[in-house]
Amino acid sequence: MGIKFTGRLFNGTHKLENQLDEFLDLLSESSILYRSGLSYFLDNGGSDSDAFRQKLQQVDQLESRADQLRRSIEQALYEHSLIPDSRGDMLSLLEDLDFLINLFEENLYAYSVENPQFPQEHHKLMKELVEQVVLSVEATVMGARAFLRDLSAVRNHLHKVMLYEHEADQLALALKTRVFASDLSLERKAHLRHFIDKVEGVSNQAEDVADWLAIYTIKRAA
Amino acid sequence: MELGILVFLSSGLFLGWSLGANDAANVFGTAVGSRMVKFGAAALICSVFVILGATVSGSGAAHTLGELGSINALAGAFMAALAAAITVFWMTKLGLPVSTSQAIVGAIIGWNLFSGNGTDLSALGKILGTWIGAPVLGALFGALLYLLTKKVLAVSKLHILRLDSYTRWGLILAGAFGAYALGANNIANVMGVFVPSSPFTAFSVGDLFSVSSVQQLFLLGALAIAVGVYTYSRKVMMTVGGGIMELSPVASWVVVVAQSLVLFLFASVALEHLLASHGLPTLPLVPVSSSQAVVGSVIGIGLLQGGRAIRWATLGRISVGWVATPALAAGICFVSLFFLQNVFNQQVFEVVHYRVTEPLLSKLAEQGIDADSMRPLTGQDFDSERTLMQAIGQRTDLGYQARYRIAELARIAPVQIDRDGLREVRDSATLSDSQLAALSSIAGKRFDYPWMLADTLGNRAPDWRFMEKTTVNKLHNNALKKQLDYVIDVFKTAPSRAQQAVGRQRTVDSKTCAPA
Repeated sequence: MGIKFTGRLFNGTHKLENQLDEFLDLLSESSILYRSGLSYFLDNGGSDSDAFRQKLQQVDQLESRADQLRRSIEQALYEHSLIPDSRGDMLSLLEDLDFLINLFEENLYAYSVENPQFPQEHHKLMKELVEQVVLSVEATVMGARAFLRDLSAVRNHLHKVMLYEHEADQLALALKTRVFASDLSLERKAHLRHFIDKVEGVSNQAEDVADWLAIYTIKRAA
Repeated sequence: MELGILVFLSSGLFLGWSLGANDAANVFGTAVGSRMVKFGAAALICSVFVILGATVSGSGAAHTLGELGSINALAGAFMAALAAAITVFWMTKLGLPVSTSQAIVGAIIGWNLFSGNGTDLSALGKILGTWIGAPVLGALFGALLYLLTKKVLAVSKLHILRLDSYTRWGLILAGAFGAYALGANNIANVMGVFVPSSPFTAFSVGDLFSVSSVQQLFLLGALAIAVGVYTYSRKVMMTVGGGIMELSPVASWVVVVAQSLVLFLFASVALEHLLASHGLPTLPLVPVSSSQAVVGSVIGIGLLQGGRAIRWATLGRISVGWVATPALAAGICFVSLFFLQNVFNQQVFEVVHYRVTEPLLSKLAEQGIDADSMRPLTGQDFDSERTLMQAIGQRTDLGYQARYRIAELARIAPVQIDRDGLREVRDSATLSDSQLAALSSIAGKRFDYPWMLADTLGNRAPDWRFMEKTTVNKLHNNALKKQLDYVIDVFKTAPSRAQQAVGRQRTVDSKTCAPA
């Protein structure tokens, strides 16, 4: 009976913990699907690829589910006055992480609509850029998970975000240099630069989230 | 019910209200200040447990006397309670957490000054000690417990939501226990003095349970405390929970637990007895008050974090409040007693007689006091403690505290062991069978000094005998002292407060005042 009572007492907390974990899982899955999607995009000749369209659809579904979860978590946090000292930070973190999923979705839609044509010689560097961007988001997710459970581990993950973001910066710069050094027309060069910037922008956003996460961690650890 | 009793009772209710408004912050201030528990929920839990503590644990026969019980006239007790209540109300209005007990002790000192009684210096020492000892111990325990909690949390890797949930329940449980203790420990101070004139009669609900008049009176006092919690405690709660420094929920919990630990370890005679009876070293008992310990705990955590977050100006105001509380209560009580006596013609104290007699001199000699130098005072009647102390001072070089102790022994407070009283004592189930038998064996006898009764009972039954003053025996001696105080209260023959209040005043035959 005692165990049942305790179970009921902490049921709401359990549910919310699961929702938070699911939200972070969605972001992590989105990043993997984003990487696969862009890989199919480059390998299979652009947005007409079925595999690319399938990944786009999957990310779109994950984004909708993430929005639902975010709203539900935020509502529960306010309705039950939970974590009063970190509630504001938690809401900002959720919004920022949700923005990352939105960026993945928006990026893939932009690739689908505008169908930028990357010459074959840029594919390897482009895939490396996407990889670093995805790693930066993965490290951000790990940092966010640590913020929820183990404050001492947050710094380690955030350090990696900075590293991957820097790598992504370097790769984007190298890629843009090569694009503009090529024989492509100026409008294609500008078009490709726009899409390189879009991909790189995800890691910049991940870095911003990491910066805020560092502040939230200091506040909680005090 | 007489209107007079209601008027007198009103100051007790006001004191209860003030106590609720101020002391609720000690148990729920940090929980509300850190927004972990809503004020409404905190007020509800606090009120329910204060009422339970006051009625279940606060109304034992030996616990009903309270500190104001040392005042021997109902009007005087009324004014002392009112002075303490006004002082605590004033401090509450300023949002300062203060000790209600210190306000009461201050008011009693005011009454002592007005009525010519001496003041036990140890009471003053306790107040001074509490100002320093309680915050220092609170700070030490707060800081240590906070460090320990942080370490445990770092290892346990609890989810932020799980930690939030545990902390919330921890705060509610600690608050509920604290509120229960608040009701049990303080209700006697609020209502104890009115027990003899309780306007209620006992009743029972079938065979299920019975409610004594004392319980009804204490329920009324507890309701006054609850109303104080609901209507006026938020301001002090916010001072404790956020005014000194912003507290995290975990720090809030640490503050409440550190405060309880300080009270448990350094003010618990029961724990001291347990340790001593197992041959373990004991912790020194020091005067501590929860208001001061709570503030100390908050400071301890603040200092651990570097001290930058502490608002020292608020802390300064709180310290001034601590010093001002007993002084103000004493001042208000003294001035008000003057008006109550001279403008409203109320008897604010009963004249107590002090007499040096041969039995007293023998008693003093037993205690190693040079009784010969006081022999010239034999047979003289003193109508106040102060005049006797002055007379002793002229003949000896004894210090204030020693003269006060002698005067306390010389106090004439006749006790007549009568049948009605014996029945009352038997019904209260406060004494053991052998204690009752010893008391019954001296039925009809009269004692002018209370210590004479104690000595006589001690000679008749081992259960009435004080043991050697050691740490292990302290619990026994304290319990016996409470039983004796209760018996003296029941059998005292001077126009008692109860009799004055209900108009059944009996005159004391002056001939019987002389010691046998």
